[in-house]
Amino acid sequence: MARIFAYIPHKEGAAEDVAYEYITAAAKIDPNAQVTAIVTGHGDALDKAAGEMTAYFKEVIKIGGEELAYPNAEVIRKALVNILPADAVFMGPHNTFGMDLAPGLSVKLDSPSVSDVVDIEGMDGSTLKVVREVLGGQFSTHVTCDAANGAVITIRPGAFEPAESGSAGGEVVDKSGDAGDLTAKRRFLEVLEAEIGEVDITKSDVLVSVGRGIEEEENIEIAQELAEAMGAVVSCSRPIVDAHWLEKSRQVGTSGQTVKPKVYMAMGISGSFQHMGGIKGKPFIVAVNKNPKAPIFQVADVGIVEDILEFMPELAEKVKEL
Amino acid sequence: MEILVCVKRVPDTAENEFELNSEGNDLDRDDLVYSVNEWDNYAVEEAIQIVDKVGGNVTVVTVGDDESEEVLRREMAMGANNGVLLSDDAFEGSDCRSIAAILKAEVESGAYDLIMTGAQADDGAAEVGGMLAAMLDMPYASLVNEIEIRDGGKIKAGREIEGGNQEMNEIELPCVLSIQTGINEPRYVGIRGIRKVAKVEIPTKSASDLGIEENSVGEKGSKVKRLDYFVPDLGEGAEMLEGSTDEIIEKLIEKLKSKGGLG
Ligand SMILES: Cc1cc2nc3c(=O)[nH]c(=O)nc-3n(C[C@@H](O)[C@H](O)[C@H](O)COP(=O)(O)OP(=O)(O)OC[C@H]3O[C@@H](n4cnc5c(N)ncnc54)[C@H](O)[C@@H]3O)c2cc1C
Ligand SMILES: Cc1cc2nc3c(=O)[nH]c(=O)nc-3n(C[C@H](O)[C@H](O)[C@H](O)COP(=O)(O)OP(=O)(O)OC[C@H]3O[C@@H](n4cnc5c(N)ncnc54)[C@H](O)[C@@H]3O)c2cc1C
Repeated sequence: MARIFAYIPHKEGAAEDVAYEYITAAAKIDPNAQVTAIVTGHGDALDKAAGEMTAYFKEVIKIGGEELAYPNAEVIRKALVNILPADAVFMGPHNTFGMDLAPGLSVKLDSPSVSDVVDIEGMDGSTLKVVREVLGGQFSTHVTCDAANGAVITIRPGAFEPAESGSAGGEVVDKSGDAGDLTAKRRFLEVLEAEIGEVDITKSDVLVSVGRGIEEEENIEIAQELAEAMGAVVSCSRPIVDAHWLEKSRQVGTSGQTVKPKVYMAMGISGSFQHMGGIKGKPFIVAVNKNPKAPIFQVADVGIVEDILEFMPELAEKVKEL
Repeated sequence: MEILVCVKRVPDTAENEFELNSEGNDLDRDDLVYSVNEWDNYAVEEAIQIVDKVGGNVTVVTVGDDESEEVLRREMAMGANNGVLLSDDAFEGSDCRSIAAILKAEVESGAYDLIMTGAQADDGAAEVGGMLAAMLDMPYASLVNEIEIRDGGKIKAGREIEGGNQEMNEIELPCVLSIQTGINEPRYVGIRGIRKVAKVEIPTKSASDLGIEENSVGEKGSKVKRLDYFVPDLGEGAEMLEGSTDEIIEKLIEKLKSKGGLG
C-alpha cells in the first residue's frame, strides 16, 4: 500500500486549490492509500491551514518555525528530507513553488521524479504509471517509474477534480522538532508586487488576445482594430510581453492576469496550460490558429483554421458593417 | 566569474507540424527543424551580460549527439567563449535525473561560480536545473528573472512567481539558477556571427572522459521511462467552423452575437 504525502501550499493559512485536487490524484494512485497532508509555515497561518486540512486528511503533519514563515523551497526541502519516510510517494504542485522544491527533493530522497502530471493510471505492483504532456501540450506521454523506494511527483494545478466537502476527522501531528537544521544558502528578502498597467484587462467582457502567431510588433495594430470594432480590449500571451510588444499587465496566464471575460478570442495562441490557467469562469473561447493540431482547439468552443493576419482584418470589416 | 550555461537542442514548435512515427513511441524525427530551447537563449544572454560587467568566461554545454554541435555554435556566435559537447551512445534514453548526472560530471571538471539552465525545455519537465543543484549540493533558485552580482560571493536574484510578482532572494555562490524568459532581450545572431565561430574547435566528451559509469545513465540508468506518445482525447474539442472565409465569418458573428461578444 502506497504511503502518500501531499504538500499543502497556502497563503496566510488559506490552502490553495491544489490541496483538494491531491485527494483525487492520490485515489488514482491507490484507492486504499494512506494519504498524509504536510503543511509548513509559522504561527497562526500554519495552524489555520493545518486545521482546515483535518477535514480532508486523516493525518496532517505540521512543521513550524520562523524560518518557514515564507515558503522558501531551499529551507522546506531540508525539513522534508528529515521527516519523510524512505518509501514516501511525495506529491507537490507543478507551480513556481513546486518547480523550486521537487527536483532537488527527489535527488535528496534518491527517488524517481515525474513533474507536471496531468493524469494517473495507477500503481501496478510498485510501478507507478502517469500521463504528462510534452511540446507545449501537442502530445501526451505515458510515463512509468518504480516507486518501491518512493517517488516525487508534481501535479498540474486544475488537472484533477477537487474533492468535495471533507469529513476525514483527521489529526494534526506536530513534527517541527524533527525538521533539523534549517539554515540555507538562499535567503528570502521580499516579494515585489507586479506593476499595475494602464489598461485593466480583467474588467473587460470581451478580450482579443494575441499570441506569438501575430509574428511582428507592427501587427499588434491589426488586433487593436478588431478589438475596437468589437468593443473589446487587447490582451496577450507571454511571448508578446517578453518581446516588449505589449505591457505586462495585458498578459493572461499563471504569471500574468487572471481574467473572467464572457468571450475570449485566442488569436495565434497555442494553448499552453500556463496561458489557459489565467482564463476562469468558462468564457466562450474562439481560437484562430493556422495549425489544425494546435492544442488550443481541444479547449476552445469554436475553432477556425486560418492565418490571423488575414482573418482579423476581414472580421473587423464585417463587424464594423453591422 | 566563470559561468556554465546548459543548453538543449529542441524541435522548433513554430516551424514543425509534428507527426508520430509508425510505432507511436516517438515523434517522426526525420526532417524536423531544430533550434535552441527558447529559455536557454535567455540564460546565455544573461551570462554574457554578467561577464561583460564583471569579467570572466561563459561556457555553453549540451548533452546530445553530433547534430547538437550547431546549438553550441549558435550560442558561441551570441558571445559564449567556449562550448562543450557531452555525447555518448550510453546517454541515449536519459531521463532528467540522468541528464543532470551527466551535466554534474562536467561541472565538476571545471571551476564554475554560477551555473544556469533554462526554466524548462520541450518536455516541460522543469527539473534538470534543480536536480543538478541538489547533486552538487549548491543552492538553487528556479524561474529567475533578475540577477545582480553582489560583493562577498553573493548574488541577489528575483524569481518570477504567480501573478507576475517577483520574489527577491540573496544566494551564496556557487549556485545553480534556472532562467525564465523575459529576463533580458537575447541578441540577434546573424549568418556572419555563425560563420565567425564555424571553425572553432568544440571538444566532445564521452562517458569515460567524464568518469560516468555507463549503466548509471541513459536508458539503463534511468528510473523514469517514457512509454509512448499520443494525442490526448479531451472530449469534444472545439466546433470547427469551415467553408470560405466569408462563410466562416458569418457563422462566427452569429455565435459572437449570442454570447455577448459584440458589445
Ligand atoms: C528518443 C528519446 C527517448 C527518451 N526517453 C526518455 C525516457 O525514457 N524517460 C524520460 O524521462 N525521458 C526521456 N526522454 C526525454 C529526456 O531526455 C528529456 O529531455 C529530459 O527528461 C529533460 O526534459 P526537459 O528537456 O523538459 O528538461 P527540463 O528540466 O525542462 O530542462 C530545463 C533545462 O535543463 C537543461 N537541459 C535539459 N536537457 C539538456 C541537455 N540535453 N543538455 C544540456 N542541458 C539540458 C537546459 O538548460 C534546459 O533549459 C527521451 C528523449 C528522447 C529524444
Ligand atoms: C513558470 C511559467 C509561467 C508561464 N506563464 C505564462 C503566462 O502567464 N501566460 C502565457 O501566455 N504563457 C506563460 N508561460 C509560457 C508558456 O509556457 C508558453 O510558452 C506560451 O504561453 C506560448 O505562447 P503562445 O501560445 O503565444 O506561443 P506559441 O506556443 O509559440 O504558439 C503560437 C501559435 O500561433 C500559431 N500561429 C503562428 N502564426 C500564425 C498565424 N499567422 N496565424 C494563425 N496562427 C498562427 C501557431 O500555430 C501556434 O499554435 C509560462 C511559462 C512558465 C515556465
